[in-house]
Amino acid sequence: MSEPMPPAANPPPPASQSPAPFRLGLWLPLILFAGLFGLFVHGLMRPGQTTVASAFVGNPLPQFDLPPAAADRPGLATGAFRTGRPKLLNVFASWCVPCAAEAPQLAALARAGVEVDGVAIHDRREDLTRFLASNGNPYAAIGRDDARVVQLAIGSSGVPETYVIDGRGVIRYQHIGDIRASDVPMLLDKLNAAATPGGGS
Amino acid sequence: MIRLLAAALLGMLALVSPVLAQESVAPAPYAYRQLADPEQEARAKALMITLRCVMCQSQSIADSDAPIAGDMRSEVRQRIARGEDPEHIRQWLIARYGDFVSYTPQVKPITWPLFAAPVVILLLAALLLRGRFARTPPAGEGDRA
Repeated sequence: MSEPMPPAANPPPPASQSPAPFRLGLWLPLILFAGLFGLFVHGLMRPGQTTVASAFVGNPLPQFDLPPAAADRPGLATGAFRTGRPKLLNVFASWCVPCAAEAPQLAALARAGVEVDGVAIHDRREDLTRFLASNGNPYAAIGRDDARVVQLAIGSSGVPETYVIDGRGVIRYQHIGDIRASDVPMLLDKLNAAATPGGGS
Repeated sequence: MIRLLAAALLGMLALVSPVLAQESVAPAPYAYRQLADPEQEARAKALMITLRCVMCQSQSIADSDAPIAGDMRSEVRQRIARGEDPEHIRQWLIARYGDFVSYTPQVKPITWPLFAAPVVILLLAALLLRGRFARTPPAGEGDRA
């Protein structure tokens, strides 16, 4: 391969009149170009990845002990998730618009008997009080995470995110973005799966 | 016209107010503050420019002004200050956000072409050059480059 092309001024004597044999060296650049072109077109056409899924699903929650974020709810510590019953951990904030949009769905889950615990990100007590007053308060406990210590420790990259935690404190599922009405049965399924040890994924 | 522009600007401000509210809470302790020890800060900085902000995604956490990038800087700086190894911090983040969070590619089965490519290209170049230089040009004419 890679025999250098003879100088154009000095062509080899034509041995015969048959068509020139296929020369890989000649075609390789075009083949490479076509391959790269296809790769780039594929990359450009594919919708961009906008969410970062947590790689921490399947691991036990890290140790944390957050102070209360609201006046009438306790803070949140890891121990609250070792009760033997699966729970939802909702990462939210009063300044987050989709968090208000998912509030009715969280309320429906709480009415269905699910315990929902919250982690409030970069929030002020008065803002949070106003948020809970206007959107309802489905939370059993709300921890105040001013530096996103817990959020980073569980691989959450934004608000809102909702985690299914099983009764031993292991993260079983991560839901990114607001909970739509159509997500509620799915989350109940995930909670049921988390209730049976070894069940689900 | 100007009044119209001002009205539009006010409308936009109203839309971004939730974001402003987020800024009104004090940032994490080391989001915008360097470590006192310059040697430690240099180590933190070297690590932070190779970590991707999970919110803005095309900037390192050293470059990004997203609130979560500030919190990630604070986390990195505090861990460095506690004497944690920078690579250990990188692995801690990769365990939570996947390889995506690190701009420095990790040596893994899926990344071997990345590390093999320079060697392959160098070998190919050596072969080509050998072909060029081994041939002695015919005396007198040709090969004027």
